[in-house]
Amino acid sequence: MRHTISVLVENKFGVLSRISGLFSGRGFNIESISVGETLDPQISQMTIITSGDDQIIEQITKQLNKLVDVIKVVDLLEVDHVEREMVLIKVSPRQEQKAEVLRVAEIFRGRIIDSSPKTYTIEVTGDEKKIEALIGILRPMGIKEFIRTGKIAISREGIK
Amino acid sequence: MKNMKNTKKMTGAKIILESLKKENVSTVFGYPGGVVLGIFDELYDDKDLKLILTRHEQGAVHMADGYARVTGEPGVALVTSGPGATNTVTGIANAYMDSIPMVVLTGQVPTALIGNDAFQEADIVGITRPCTKYNYLVKDVKDLAYTIKEAFHIARTGRPGPVLIDLPKDITTASCDFVWPDKVDIRSYRPTMQGNKVVMKQAAVAAAAAKKPVIIAGGGVVASGAYKELLEFAKLLNAPVTTTMMALGAFPASNPLSLGMPGMHGTYYANMAIQNSDMLIGVGVRFEDRVTGKTSTFAPHAKIIQIDIDPTSIRKNVRVDIPVVGDIKNVLRDMNTILKDEIKPKWDEVSKSWLKQIDDWKSQHPLSYSLKNDVIKPQFVVEKLYEITKGNAIITTEVGQNQMWAAQFYRYEQPRHWVSSGGLGTMGFGFPAAIGAQLAKPDALVIDIAGDGSIQMNIQEIATAVINKLPVKVAILNNQYLGMVRQWQELFYGERYSHTFLDSHMIPDFVKVAEAYGAVGLRATKPSEVEPVIREAIKVKQPVFMDFICDWKEKVYPMVPAGGSLDEMLLPEPEAKEEKKKKLKAVK
Repeated sequence: MRHTISVLVENKFGVLSRISGLFSGRGFNIESISVGETLDPQISQMTIITSGDDQIIEQITKQLNKLVDVIKVVDLLEVDHVEREMVLIKVSPRQEQKAEVLRVAEIFRGRIIDSSPKTYTIEVTGDEKKIEALIGILRPMGIKEFIRTGKIAISREGIK
Repeated sequence: MKNMKNTKKMTGAKIILESLKKENVSTVFGYPGGVVLGIFDELYDDKDLKLILTRHEQGAVHMADGYARVTGEPGVALVTSGPGATNTVTGIANAYMDSIPMVVLTGQVPTALIGNDAFQEADIVGITRPCTKYNYLVKDVKDLAYTIKEAFHIARTGRPGPVLIDLPKDITTASCDFVWPDKVDIRSYRPTMQGNKVVMKQAAVAAAAAKKPVIIAGGGVVASGAYKELLEFAKLLNAPVTTTMMALGAFPASNPLSLGMPGMHGTYYANMAIQNSDMLIGVGVRFEDRVTGKTSTFAPHAKIIQIDIDPTSIRKNVRVDIPVVGDIKNVLRDMNTILKDEIKPKWDEVSKSWLKQIDDWKSQHPLSYSLKNDVIKPQFVVEKLYEITKGNAIITTEVGQNQMWAAQFYRYEQPRHWVSSGGLGTMGFGFPAAIGAQLAKPDALVIDIAGDGSIQMNIQEIATAVINKLPVKVAILNNQYLGMVRQWQELFYGERYSHTFLDSHMIPDFVKVAEAYGAVGLRATKPSEVEPVIREAIKVKQPVFMDFICDWKEKVYPMVPAGGSLDEMLLPEPEAKEEKKKKLKAVK
């Protein structure tokens, strides 16, 4: 089962290597990882997408917690949260499909951030399913390359 | 939180030494080299810090390890950059696997050269990241004192382990005020020391209700110093205790409740007790594969309680019904109070018959071997060592058959008298570890029970022993083979002894090696010579190699083949009729 794990770490050199080394050294799988500074510049936030059965996920969260530089670990599967990912897709459609590409980009609330005589580069943000769907639709029209940021996630606040 | 009183400007090198003294370090094991010359220069005049010059950096780290295992305090090693640093890796990994507190100081090329593939540069922080509890590269002399304080704090608290500090040369020559912090506070590092009260109660109720309880004690009992608490816990529950190899001595071997060691080469009765138990209480044990055998058939009828300070140890290898996270000493003390004040366990006929059943197993298959008149049995040597030293020696071991016989046939009554490489299984550990132990305990009798293969992996350290007048004794159970590997070849590889014959009856001549280094060499080739050799070795106040030429065919039994269930043990083969079978009396 896939889990989104949010990890607060000390913003120090070598921490990313400690985290990635933990995964590789113990045979855990990382599907994506994204890292960035938080409100407190001394703390970084990592969002790790991983998968495994309950026992493996338990080990992953415990092992992450055990690292000296890790402040907090939250398995977001256990809390209500929102996830987003961004993709940049460079499409080179045939002349007659150019309008269709623009229309699809619009449907997906994408923006054209670069264009050349033969290509458009589209920026789209959304959850994983939306991005997969977009790639699926554009693929037959000629995707030259795409790049994804990996997911970031944040817990929802209660309404009250 | 910095103490600004009495600050004094010092070089980084001086700050390192002063910081070590603040941490009550008196002995450092080390080897000099280019980038640590500044630190060694400071050591030259230092009256309070003793540097033990080893003959190899691996030796230095194992000595620090042995020192730590007998004292409970972090061992300290100091080496140079590049090869000096990489030579420490095995020793660090060894300490990490066995949760031994240690601080390793490595020199590094000047910060301006880091990353340039400079002479004797190695990314030791990167290399040791997976085998240290934590490590540092110090980039500012002002961080030095705090880093050292923090390193010792991390090494000795929680689940202990080795910490490495990499020291670029320019940091050791730069100067700043020496400010020793009053305390360290790491927001991301707060080990859980106290057990959860609700869970402890639940565990105590379940343990007291069990009819066939077994306590399996591991190295965590030693790390936590929870010997009295464990003894009381066992008595309160009237539960037999099996001690893993890491915990030998944590529960007295002569206690009627003692089952000895479990696992691959554990006692028949320990393994049978685990497999038939209805309640297994793991105390500071990670249930490693050498202990459990096949996990799917491990303790099939038992509920499992696991107490450990490291949450990752819980449910890592076996299923657990009641997990308790906390320091063993605290948790057992609290559970004992609950048992005494609230539960007041009583034993009915069923639980009495459980101990009777265990006694039957003890008498059916005690640890045994066949004594011979013409050839020395290695177990006989270990037994004689036990008899002559009355169980009071500090025993270190190498790895393999020698280690298993030392675990089986010497009885450990006291903690921190058994020093052996458990998790990593490092050949060449025992001899330098014995030297480190002897330095920590100058008046103790320290004996390394070695094999002829292992001893050759750090044999150069005999120079360190002789020069520092450390009278360690090495009992080489010389079977001319890498015995444990040979045993597996005999049993599982059709007696194809591929590259395990060492010819060490002749090469080297261990007696002459000892003499060449100014130590004493003794040899026994017949059983009748064993005792006189041991007595002579103990009498001389010098390092001694005892070369016992042993039966090369001897195997370690019982044996659970790798991947087998604990109750599928191979037991000693019956010997020819005329040989008198010698059975050791198991304690009842």
